[in-house]
Amino acid sequence: MSAVAGTTPENLPVEKQSLSDAARGWWVGVRNGELGAVPIIVGIIVIAIYFQSRNSHFLTAGNFVNLIAQASPVIVIGMGVVFVLLLGEIDLSVGFVSGIGGVVAATLLVPDANQWSTGPALVAALGAGLAIGLLQGFWFAKIGVPSFVVTLAGLLAWNGVVLQVIGNQGTIVIQDKVINGLANDYMSSTLALGVLIVSIAAYVLQQLLVVRRRAKAGLPNVPWTLIGLRILALAGAGLFVVLWADTDRGIPYVGLLMLVLFVFWSFILNRTRFGRHVYAVGGSAEAARRAGINVDGIRIAVFGISGFMAALGGIILASRLSSVDTSTGGGSILLYSIAAAVIGGTSLFGGRGTIGSAVLGGIVIGMVANGLGLLNVAVGTQYVVTGVVLLAASTLDSLSRRRTAAAGRA
Amino acid sequence: MLWRERTVVSGQALLELKGVFKRFGAVTALNGVDFHVSTGEIMALVGDNGAGKSTLIKTVAGIHPADEGQILWDGQPVSIHGPKDSARLGIEVVYQDLALCDNLDVVQNMYLGRETVSSFFRLDEAGMEKAAAGVLKDLSVTTIQSTRQIVAGLSGGQRQSVAVAKAVLWNSKLVILDEPTAALGVAQTRQVLDLVKRLGEQGLAVILISHNMSDVFEVANSITVLRLGQNVAEFKTSETNQREVVEAITAGELHHVPGMHEEVIQ
Repeated sequence: MSAVAGTTPENLPVEKQSLSDAARGWWVGVRNGELGAVPIIVGIIVIAIYFQSRNSHFLTAGNFVNLIAQASPVIVIGMGVVFVLLLGEIDLSVGFVSGIGGVVAATLLVPDANQWSTGPALVAALGAGLAIGLLQGFWFAKIGVPSFVVTLAGLLAWNGVVLQVIGNQGTIVIQDKVINGLANDYMSSTLALGVLIVSIAAYVLQQLLVVRRRAKAGLPNVPWTLIGLRILALAGAGLFVVLWADTDRGIPYVGLLMLVLFVFWSFILNRTRFGRHVYAVGGSAEAARRAGINVDGIRIAVFGISGFMAALGGIILASRLSSVDTSTGGGSILLYSIAAAVIGGTSLFGGRGTIGSAVLGGIVIGMVANGLGLLNVAVGTQYVVTGVVLLAASTLDSLSRRRTAAAGRA
Repeated sequence: MLWRERTVVSGQALLELKGVFKRFGAVTALNGVDFHVSTGEIMALVGDNGAGKSTLIKTVAGIHPADEGQILWDGQPVSIHGPKDSARLGIEVVYQDLALCDNLDVVQNMYLGRETVSSFFRLDEAGMEKAAAGVLKDLSVTTIQSTRQIVAGLSGGQRQSVAVAKAVLWNSKLVILDEPTAALGVAQTRQVLDLVKRLGEQGLAVILISHNMSDVFEVANSITVLRLGQNVAEFKTSETNQREVVEAITAGELHHVPGMHEEVIQ
């Protein structure tokens, strides 16, 4: 997220900020409880060091590539959950809505007389998720049933629907090349590098446009050195990931899909009126209503997004396993998706969070599951560790909120 | 700033209420109220609890439209049926509970619900930040260090300043302040009172609701006293004192006695 420098009202325009000013401003923010991605990145490094010291296979390219595909369903579903959490609400149905997404796609693509082609089947699966989300959002916003209850009912009902549709078949194997390829086919190094170059170019362009717009308006800009460092960091990290993954199978297509989703939803959330209104409703629904924001509309749309992303995550999960069965959408997928958003720094109290939190949190959860798997640790221990990480993350959130509130009284 | 370029019409009231009634079932909250405020004037609206102060501003703000009576704006009769009508006229209300989003920054709060958009649905962040900073500067709000500060981190006085600046940003002509100093300490009350004075100097009409007589006497030009839903007295601040105003609040002469309809008492 590109942090923008604030304007000092009394002396406008201010002379250029120096790098140390920017650092000081950031540090003030951290002290006031705006921690951003700092704790989570520290956490990722600690987890990586721990598992690497226990099993030298953890930090290999092969395991890294596995991790991308493993973490992807949780990350994608978690992106939808971020929207719901930003409202201060909860969506407990995302697990089985993801199951619906996978099952609808798989069922429509069973190679028999009624087989659909890939595109329409995907649209139907995603549309089902969207429709379910909108329905639940409507029930919550217009009828006034708490979201916890509406989506708890959804959790039970959509679980039932998955069981009914799968029926006695037990398992539906997916033979569709596109769907299976999503998590199991890998980008060529040319394609991956091409995507990387385009991404970096787009980022540079975006930064330059921001600088130009602010300069035109006579507003202070962040120092060039900081912009340069950001670009270098992004390019360096991107290049490392691409080249590292390339020494093994390369980056799976789902990695590209996640990048596109990340950019798209981040734009929606941070740069559009809709996104601003989502934050506003989460911060204070009453203030939003008085400001003329259609609060019910925002709520319904947000649950629609959650349902849509859940269905997409379900399709990715089905792709990874190349099949769906009666347990699709069950197990840990729901709790991991919500935990991913929270661990990444999205507040359960509403109003605070980013799309990136689902990505970072999903990576942590994926690393824990993957690492403990490598150590042959029982699944019980895995849940305990994930639980502790979740508790630590949300404790940090609660403490930093207190910090921010206290700063206001200083 | 646009809102400073308006022409000041003197002599005529910007907002004038004539014989306004508002009833909630059996309760008559406003009982034939006459009220006026002019451009550049700070009119204090005082009265005991239940005197009808809140109902009166909600009538003007369009939250509770009047049942009877006339509302004149710049001498022209207008009808205010909803918050949008009053906003269109240039009336902004700063409520006691501020209606700010704690998780958003100063600029985001000032533009909440009215964000400006440039190409591709993209918010015009630079434009909004510039205009917001300009209004804060014009109002000499120097206590806010950065317009990109999150509101949760601001003090009560700073938050009040943001709420007032938000009201001023929208080319408003009349700003209504509901108990702006109620929850503030001494220094912060000072900040807000200075801000209120500056609104008047900038040529806005201000209606100030307050229980605090010393605040009223410090900033207001005129005082309207409400009692039991009626306006019982109007004073020029320079020609009266606190005792007189308090007397009017507690024992001002009523035109109509509640429950006895049209009978007049002495």
